[in-house]
Amino acid sequence: MAVLERAARRVHTPAAPAGPTARQRWLRRLPLLPALIYMVVVTQIPFLFTLWYSFQNWNLLSNARAHFTGFSNYSSVFTNANYRSSLLVSVEMTATAVIISMILAVALALLLNQKVLGRGVARTLLITPFLVMPVASALLWKTTMLDPTYGLVNWLLSPFGVHHVAWLSVHPLGSIIIVLIWRWTPFMTLIVLAGLQSQPLDVVEAARVDGAGPLGVFRHVTFPLLRPYVELGVLLGSIYIVNTFDEVYSMTSGGPGNITTNLPYYLYEQAFQAYNVGGAAALGVVTVILTMIVASFALRMIASVFRFEEAK
Amino acid sequence: MKISTSRGTLLAAVVAAVSLGAAACGGGAGGGGNSAHTVTVAVVANPDMQQMEQLIGTFEKQNPGITVKFDTLPEDQERAEIQKDIATNGGLYDVVMISNYETPIWAKNGWLDNLSSKFIASDSSYDASDLLPPVAKSLSYRGGLYSVPFYGESSMLYYRKSMLQAAGITMPAHPTWTQVAADAAKLNKPGKVAGICLRGENGWGENLATLDTVINTFGGSWYNMSWQPQLTSPATEKAVNFYVNLVRKDGEPGASSDGFTELLTLYTQSKCAMWYDSTVAASSIAADKSVFNDTGYAFAPVDKTKASGWLYTWSLGVPKDSANQSAAWKFVSWATSKPYLRLVGKKFGWAAVPPGSRTSTYSLPQYQKAASAFAGITLQSIDSVNQAAATAPKVPYVGIQFVDIPQFENLGDEVSNQIAGAIAGSESVSAALSASQNDAAPVGQQQH
Repeated sequence: MAVLERAARRVHTPAAPAGPTARQRWLRRLPLLPALIYMVVVTQIPFLFTLWYSFQNWNLLSNARAHFTGFSNYSSVFTNANYRSSLLVSVEMTATAVIISMILAVALALLLNQKVLGRGVARTLLITPFLVMPVASALLWKTTMLDPTYGLVNWLLSPFGVHHVAWLSVHPLGSIIIVLIWRWTPFMTLIVLAGLQSQPLDVVEAARVDGAGPLGVFRHVTFPLLRPYVELGVLLGSIYIVNTFDEVYSMTSGGPGNITTNLPYYLYEQAFQAYNVGGAAALGVVTVILTMIVASFALRMIASVFRFEEAK
Repeated sequence: MKISTSRGTLLAAVVAAVSLGAAACGGGAGGGGNSAHTVTVAVVANPDMQQMEQLIGTFEKQNPGITVKFDTLPEDQERAEIQKDIATNGGLYDVVMISNYETPIWAKNGWLDNLSSKFIASDSSYDASDLLPPVAKSLSYRGGLYSVPFYGESSMLYYRKSMLQAAGITMPAHPTWTQVAADAAKLNKPGKVAGICLRGENGWGENLATLDTVINTFGGSWYNMSWQPQLTSPATEKAVNFYVNLVRKDGEPGASSDGFTELLTLYTQSKCAMWYDSTVAASSIAADKSVFNDTGYAFAPVDKTKASGWLYTWSLGVPKDSANQSAAWKFVSWATSKPYLRLVGKKFGWAAVPPGSRTSTYSLPQYQKAASAFAGITLQSIDSVNQAAATAPKVPYVGIQFVDIPQFENLGDEVSNQIAGAIAGSESVSAALSASQNDAAPVGQQQH
């Protein structure tokens, strides 16, 4: 194999014909080809169709035939106040949920990293919210927890003078964010815990010998070592939470008003309530571009974590 | 229109290939007189439809060679599925469950069979004149029925007799909204019982259904005769203010997330003294004996008009692109026939018979006995409905709790979002209405 590669490298000079190299390269890629073709078929072809639809005026409600409209779908995306507000809601929802769940996750991971009785049980219990189906947990939150009449939250808070708060009416976005935090904290905790456990104990010990208290150890040793894991958790969490649909759909249907309509829900409304195929496709394309920008940052960050691992 | 043609060709090729295969199979088997058909039916997951699915064995026994496959989905998803399928000539469904909202629009688009001329005219056993006239009329386009009712509903007021008695209130059969609002103030006990339960959840089939009947009876409307939106007109604004204030002051807490299902639970849990909603709730209430015995019924409250109840019906239609037309009609006629209604009565109890579809249901002695408390008021409510003249001023559209135009599904959802916002208190009624007015204006222009 090494000989082959060396030979290939030797042939690959500007003067030599590229024929055999290309052939060999393709031969090497051949086993990957089915997977590649499959990927292209299931991801790229639908995307090309979406691109095509995004330039069409096509609404399933009307009997009129679809026709080319140029960039009008795109211009209506950018001039639409509802789109901008859903973008803002997405950002607010994602940022708040990610930051708070990360803070909680660091605290919980530090606790779980201690050797205490029943640590295994506590870990399992903590992770459970992440394992419940999102739709099921959203419906449970809506009916058993936040309901103004039967809800457990109001019942728990009633000794403190809180009476019959209609959480989903008065604090709709806050309620959804709370459910998101409840669901995503375990995920973040797992990542941070993995970071804590890969922390070299000799460094911590050395810091203690040098006279650092628990707070000092955390500030100067644990946290710097944990940082890449926190960053990874934040970025992965953001990617997932930006796509939140289940909670919005089953708890508030984007309302009241448009307070909880985030991007995915707005897209759903355009495609499956307005049947505006062209408009929804344009929205999808714009959203994909935005997501790609965010995702490229995320990928770079993941790469930095791996570099960090290698450096150790 | 390249997309649809190429898709159509592809589809035709697939259909041809499949039917060739089927023909080959038939030839192999020797080809009997009765070739096998599978009728695919899209239905909404409501209790009445689930009964139908349980009884389908009877139909299949009576019609050897026809197998029925149900695609059961929640209401909004079923709507989206069949809308997609029928608008792209997908041909997935042989029978679709739709309502009096879709039927005239789809008939006009040429998506549905004219059942009257195609089947009913030559099917003497199907008594179409027995269908409740306002319901049948709402499912007709240019004199032909394009779908037939599975059940029909209007709206009415339910109340707890014991609570009203304790407060010294007597409810007339035809209350006005002014009376109901005054009663609600007396009956409301914050934290214990809501004076009146009303829908606040967003969705054109949720809060707008009840609110639109209030707008109509207060003299408001969606559009005037030249399709200018009237959502900020004094009459409409007065009605919406009335509704929002009533539910905020004496309604259930957190109303902006309550729809039919939530309110049914609240009512049967004795958390509502009064409840204004669909007449079909009566059958669900009847299942709980203690609540049923304490429930009184009144006609939909009014203000300026004589009657204000809505009209809604789940009905069955046959898409034009269905490949099994005659088998599809056999199923549709069975599920909406008199024998079917009797079959349900025998199997599931007479109070469970799908209401509001046939006049003859209301003269069945067993049904009269089981549903005596609410059968009369349901029938009268539906009979007093006039879809073409539900508003006080003249309007260019048909429909009571909706405007029968294709764009309404989306417009209605947007407006209902605003109303839910006003009910939640996150915006004022006038802000919600002026935003709605802005949404309604371009839709009105498209109607010219």
